[in-house]
Amino acid sequence: MEYSAGKYDVIVVGAGHAGCEAALAAARMNCNTLLLTLNLDNIALMPCNPSVGGPAKGHLVREIDALGGEMGINTDKTAIQVRTLNKGKGPAVHALRAQSDKKAYMTSMRRVLENEPRLDVKQAQVEKLLVEGWRIQGVVTTTGARFDALSVVVTTGTYLKGRVIIGSTTLTAGPNGQLAAMGLSQSLLDCGVELGRFKTGTPPRIHRDSVDFSKLAIQPGDAELPHFSFLPTYNPFLQGKAERQLPCWLGYTTRGSHSIIRENLYRAPLYSGIIEGTGPRYCPSIEDKVVRFAGKEGHQIFLEPEGWETKEMYVAGLSTSLPEDVQISMLRSIPGLENVEMLRAGYAIEYDYIKPYQLSLSLEVINIPGLFSAGQINGTSGYEEAAAQGLIAGINAALKARGRDPLILSRSDAYIGVLIDDLVTKGITEPYRILTSRAEYRLVLRQDNADLRLTELGREVGLVGDERYRKFAAKQRQIASVKETLSARVVSPAEVEFQALLREKESSELRGPMNLLDLLRRPELTFADLARFVPFSEVVTGEVAEQVEIQLKYEGYIEKQGAQIARFQKMERRRLPMDLDYELVAGLSTEGKQRLISVRPLNLGQASRISGVTPADISVLMVYLEQRRRGVQA
Amino acid sequence: MFVDTIAAVSTAMGEAGIGIVRVSGPEAIDIVRKVFRAKNPERFAKGLGYRLYYGQVVEPDSGSSIDEVLVSIMRGPNSFTGEDVVEINCHGGLIAQRDILALLLRLGAQLAEPGEFTKRAFLNGRLDLAQAEAVIDLIRAKTSLGASSALEQLRGRLSRETAACRNALLEVLAQIEAGIDFPEEDLDLDSSEVLTEKLRGILSRIQELLKGSKRGKILRDGLSTAIIGWPNVGKSSLLNAFLGEERAIVTDIPGTTRDVLEEYISIKGIPLKLIDTAGIRTTEDIVERLGVDRALQALEKADLVMFVVEAGRSLTSDEKKLLHGISQERLVIVVNKIDLDPDWRPPVDGPTFYVSALERRGINELEDGIIELASGKQSAESAVVSNIRHINSLEGSAAKVRDAVNSLRDKVPPDLVSIDVRAAWELLGEITGETVGEDLLHEIFSRFCIGK
Repeated sequence: MEYSAGKYDVIVVGAGHAGCEAALAAARMNCNTLLLTLNLDNIALMPCNPSVGGPAKGHLVREIDALGGEMGINTDKTAIQVRTLNKGKGPAVHALRAQSDKKAYMTSMRRVLENEPRLDVKQAQVEKLLVEGWRIQGVVTTTGARFDALSVVVTTGTYLKGRVIIGSTTLTAGPNGQLAAMGLSQSLLDCGVELGRFKTGTPPRIHRDSVDFSKLAIQPGDAELPHFSFLPTYNPFLQGKAERQLPCWLGYTTRGSHSIIRENLYRAPLYSGIIEGTGPRYCPSIEDKVVRFAGKEGHQIFLEPEGWETKEMYVAGLSTSLPEDVQISMLRSIPGLENVEMLRAGYAIEYDYIKPYQLSLSLEVINIPGLFSAGQINGTSGYEEAAAQGLIAGINAALKARGRDPLILSRSDAYIGVLIDDLVTKGITEPYRILTSRAEYRLVLRQDNADLRLTELGREVGLVGDERYRKFAAKQRQIASVKETLSARVVSPAEVEFQALLREKESSELRGPMNLLDLLRRPELTFADLARFVPFSEVVTGEVAEQVEIQLKYEGYIEKQGAQIARFQKMERRRLPMDLDYELVAGLSTEGKQRLISVRPLNLGQASRISGVTPADISVLMVYLEQRRRGVQA
Repeated sequence: MFVDTIAAVSTAMGEAGIGIVRVSGPEAIDIVRKVFRAKNPERFAKGLGYRLYYGQVVEPDSGSSIDEVLVSIMRGPNSFTGEDVVEINCHGGLIAQRDILALLLRLGAQLAEPGEFTKRAFLNGRLDLAQAEAVIDLIRAKTSLGASSALEQLRGRLSRETAACRNALLEVLAQIEAGIDFPEEDLDLDSSEVLTEKLRGILSRIQELLKGSKRGKILRDGLSTAIIGWPNVGKSSLLNAFLGEERAIVTDIPGTTRDVLEEYISIKGIPLKLIDTAGIRTTEDIVERLGVDRALQALEKADLVMFVVEAGRSLTSDEKKLLHGISQERLVIVVNKIDLDPDWRPPVDGPTFYVSALERRGINELEDGIIELASGKQSAESAVVSNIRHINSLEGSAAKVRDAVNSLRDKVPPDLVSIDVRAAWELLGEITGETVGEDLLHEIFSRFCIGK
């Protein structure tokens, strides 16, 4: 029996990384928001690796933070190790990665949710989406509670018809022993949403005390403690001290491990036909790696602590769905793990996802106004990808509830824009992971300037609070003033000390006067080198110095990319009316027409990225739009 | 509305007496300014529309003249396309039009798609609504045309070779990108030395293709053949003997031919662009000096050099020096005036023909010899690139690969090096019609074992 349980502006279904961001964003934008979860104890659960960030993923986290999201702050508060990857490469691909205390991450996020005004968090399983009159009306739970809402965001991750597989054992479940969401899949199908099936997996977990670390290589954190958020936070584990970080450990599988796997391949669900879903190529199971790269002597594994308090460790690189007994022998064939105790077995999980071409760039389901979806349900993988979508879906659900236009980030604004455009426009054939090589404007989409790119946008939608905004404005001001000071300070060949510095840095000595701004462009000179020759009126923060340095040293490249972006944006600005009937556009290719009808691009730029849409189709569309414009005028 | 400036030859190639190269777009006037030397620069500088300006199209780097032209400027929005339009009226014939077009493309114009001028005209409101369908027809006509030529290309050696270079670039790109996106994986990546080596290899393959493009050009534009020699050895007589008419002024006063004359003849189906040059010698006469300089330039550019010497006169040391400077594979020695001293032999090696231009003796044998050489060049084992768009892409790609090699040498971070490699790869994709996308990821995942 259904009963009316309440009315909200926005309802978010699922409290994983997408759901938390979506709910917080909507509530912070002054919408009365309800967050429903299958299990209140599993909010912001990390069912796979205990880490956040990495190349492109770390970029996403910084962008989420700049827009006023929570993931960066929550990671900073609960990290037990932090590193900057790719330091030897250009600044555009420097990437932060943190090991998180999983339990603390969840507790901390739950605390934030519970303390958020206008946000209710409840435990319930949503079984049905209410669609009436061509728009979403609300949701109904398995226990008959009906919640009405102006917008609904579905962020159910891998729970939709989840099926967990270990060897020949399969069970209907979500990740980590959770309930699967069975009814919602059917409800989506009933609403006309097309679903696909993906597979992903996770490795076994082991007991720290059963590991012989003398046979493994230590992987400590950085000597400094970099942070994701542009706002300061307090981390009770690290307490600001780098030496408190917990290390990870590196080891290798052996030929022995590979024979164990090969001998048991007939029992591997991946090869026996039990698994039907498509798995990600960037995250293959160990059995897959051994088969596909048979010549490789050893595969890397990383032992990562699951938390500060627990002795459980995650075995990265050993994702598997082999039978439990094989997993144990495989683990014990690894030097250092000869006597290891496995605490949880690795498993594969299959789940339904929404084919994302059905979404618009705002993450709204095109055919069901008011319904948004975000995260792994859209076919992505990764906490960061989920959170990024959750934030955008939450913002747009709130904007929709207020009757305002959606926030759409483009490929030249943010990795978030790349991610969503890839999903919606290009379509996917495997679980999608963000990569820096997917971003054509990588040089501009750096993690160091995420705030400069996005804080203003976050402010406009109402997510960036005063503290963040003040900090951002101050940083901008300081960057400008530092540049001014540097360009005003002219050094001459007569300055012996300066010439000595140049000699020491193997930089050519001055022959005439030159300002420091231009000198900083030299690759061999750093801001710190030059700073002592400048009378700065205020202390220059590391962030500002870094920004000035990058902007100057890479100016040529950045300008070139700027010109490419200008061209790109020209096409992005040519809007395509949502009511455009492509059937009526004479001259479109058959395939182009079909793809345009299913994707329904927002603008000509997006249309041009749809596979099957040719440049000639774009020309035809341009002519049609002009015809239509003049027709309307006439 | 459009950011690109487009250019194309807008008269039928080769047939008309006058050719028109049309440029349209925001940079049309600026681009043409870079190559047009007006007779009256002040007048042209004002750039008033609907006037004709007389002058030369010159190659901006070398300053050498390509053709004598009339240029007209039509400023948007009152032009045919609604944008700034420049039309260059040049001499008809393939060479001038192609050279001018190639120059404009090199300076940043994009080759117009068929129907693109008309499309712009329509989109910029210069054509009425009734013409919309005609515009769409034009656009569509292009694709069916493009499709069939794409098919042809697919069969061709060019696309195989291009695809091979592209794959090699993709491998390099995958090496770089895998290192960036998966820094913690144990990937066994190529060192920057190996990458440099690979890029150099790719560069020389692209250059090989471009050489092939020269061969394609021979079929299209003619084998450019310079007739070179000391004054009064009978170069112009030889040209006339080929042409069978008195075109070059032939006198016995040394230095009569004071400029470079170009003529086309077809020898057994192979077009020959004959370039008659002024006699080469040190001279005080400024006009003649200019002719000599141009002769030397023509010599450098020619596919084939007919070095004419006079029977019975021993070679001067300057003559010998010049002769030795010409690479063997494009050299033909023509001993003229053999009637004067039938037993004379030149003191140098190489394919040698004995003729009397005035008496038209030995000309047939010489023609056969030239054909043999020219067809030898044709049958070389490399792809033939004949399309100006392809040459453009190949040249662009080669330049990007060179940039990448330099960046590696200068220890530029890999994510910046990859910008050039990717651009080179995309440029080659313009030839094979493929675009970036999943290819790279596929390459990374099939090559490297990734999966932490």
